[in-house]
Amino acid sequence: MVDSLQYTPQITLEFPIGEKDFFMAGESASRVKKTLQQLGLKQDIIRRVAIIIYEAAMNVAIHASHGLLTVHIDPESISIQTDDKGVGIPDIELAMREGYSTAPYEAQEMGFGAGMGLPNMKQCSDELSLDTKVGKGTTLKAKVYFISKEHPG
Amino acid sequence: MPQYFHSVTLDVDKCKGCTNCIKRCPMEAIRVHDGKATIMEERCIDCGECIRCCPNHAKIALTDTIKKLSEYKYNIALPAPSFFAQFKENENINDILKAFLRIGFDEVFEVALAAEIVAYIVHRQLANKKLKKPLFSSACPAVLRLMQIKFPDLLRQVTHVLTPMEVAARIAKVEAAKKTNIAYDDIGAFFISPCAAKVTEMKQPMTTKHSAVNGVIGANLIYKDIVKNLGKGLANNKKDNEDSEELHKATKNGMAWGYLTGESKNIDFGTTLAVSEIHNVISLLEEIERGELKNVDFIELQACTAGCVGGPLNIQNNFVGRVHLRNLIGQCGAKPAHYAEKELLTMYEKGHFESTEPIRPNAIMTLDKDVSKALIKMEHLDQLTDELPGLDCGACGSPNCRALAEDIIRGIAFETDCVIKLRDRVKTLAEEIFELARIIPPAMADNSKKEKKK
Ligand SMILES: Nc1ncnc2c1ncn2[C@@H]1O[C@H](COP(=O)(O)OP(=O)(O)OP(=O)(O)O)[C@@H](O)[C@H]1O
Ligand SMILES: [Mg+2]
Repeated sequence: MVDSLQYTPQITLEFPIGEKDFFMAGESASRVKKTLQQLGLKQDIIRRVAIIIYEAAMNVAIHASHGLLTVHIDPESISIQTDDKGVGIPDIELAMREGYSTAPYEAQEMGFGAGMGLPNMKQCSDELSLDTKVGKGTTLKAKVYFISKEHPG
Repeated sequence: MPQYFHSVTLDVDKCKGCTNCIKRCPMEAIRVHDGKATIMEERCIDCGECIRCCPNHAKIALTDTIKKLSEYKYNIALPAPSFFAQFKENENINDILKAFLRIGFDEVFEVALAAEIVAYIVHRQLANKKLKKPLFSSACPAVLRLMQIKFPDLLRQVTHVLTPMEVAARIAKVEAAKKTNIAYDDIGAFFISPCAAKVTEMKQPMTTKHSAVNGVIGANLIYKDIVKNLGKGLANNKKDNEDSEELHKATKNGMAWGYLTGESKNIDFGTTLAVSEIHNVISLLEEIERGELKNVDFIELQACTAGCVGGPLNIQNNFVGRVHLRNLIGQCGAKPAHYAEKELLTMYEKGHFESTEPIRPNAIMTLDKDVSKALIKMEHLDQLTDELPGLDCGACGSPNCRALAEDIIRGIAFETDCVIKLRDRVKTLAEEIFELARIIPPAMADNSKKEKKK
């Protein structure tokens, strides 16, 4: 039974992502991974969360200008959110498709731009949503529950 | 036996309590308290970084010595391929092997030979089984212990094969028992080791229940004896005549396991990658954990720079050693492999040298078994970290501010261990004392006013 007055422990981690800041994605994923290991979460959960964080932060660095990655952990789930000031996504359905990418040449040079980031994130999360305004920016929200609700990935 | 055995230990007398090792340790496993370093047993992976970086040589590896030979009726030396890197290229591999017989061993079996068997088995596994890629080498115990703690998810991708050291001990002992009629248990197999991790691996093996190795002797402890007994002028030695046979049976493929890339080249399958130095290994494994390099077939991971030639118990500089070994290997020429393909195939098919134990995760980083309780501790931890200066100076004895906060949560340190915090406290206290000194008790206050009036 959950007492509504009971204090719920929670932590929030924030990582600002600068434009073309290709290192923040890896760094934040490792930092969060360490935190989740300290919380004693299952390996599978940790792996999925690390992938979501990495791909989401990478998308901000590559496709948008700058933004903020927020990771929120409570006793039941972990929420990952990126807010960016960027070009936005004109067609979300298209963006979600495997293989679709508008990655610039320099990102492809670095081995990105396979168009697999978003499909991968969807695979790894229990809930995923995109809120975007063309020319303004994008907000991505993903959620992973610790007690998995029949998760395939 | 205690829960943890570690070869890497502290020589308390030599430790000056500096902070070099706490900064260098990849596992944040060392603390300096009361002027002396202490190793947190459960975190240590025996990589030997602290042995290498200690300016006072206060970190040592506990290994066996040649004295242990007296416990067995028949003794076999198992020199690691990297051992030969300690010698100049004008030495002869066979002479080095012979020297082992002169210092008291009854037989010498090259671990390089076993490495060739391991390479064959791994090649077959890669070719025949549908394995999750990339597959990781199981040869470096420090890397495996690192994975148990930091990368438990990747343990499934470690090859199911024993280490060359283990394979060498098994073959050599079985063959010797047959040849001499001495009971298997009376035969001692001694690995001549470049590192501490192999000592721990012998005592607490990860991929098998019991190790067939009976002792691990540090290369540094035996080097002098071997040098003194290298060929020349000793030709009349009785034992030499008996053993005029060629002792050197390994090919260059097995010998090359002594340095980075030797193993992956010997396995010779598809795309391979070889990475050395423990911090490099950590960053690579982080990438792989996120799904990178799925198309690489095999990855050789070595805790020491340049591979086993970089082992902390070696004498030679790792790069010099690498050149020596390469030149020595030149002697091997294009000689045929000791084991015929058919023999190797039988070993593979019978699964003789496959690992028998799964490598288990070791979740020692967890703050609490209960997620909610762990979260509460984490909240506290974050708050504490924010309050610390963030200089990561190490003067408190923990490697960085975050680690100090963790130590405080775990109850092994205090906030005032931080010199900056302590200074602040002293300052506040001094101010309070000053304030108190100004507040004069009422009874006296009257007097002083009167005095002033006077
Ligand atoms: N934060 C964002 N801002 C603007 N556009 C975005 C953002 N995230 C994704 N997109 C668009 O969606 C497309 C698909 O994204 P996805 O992550 O699946 O692939 P990618 O980033 O192009 O390549 P990969 O992730 O495989 O390296 C991108 O090419 C880009 O056009
Ligand atoms: Mg992407």
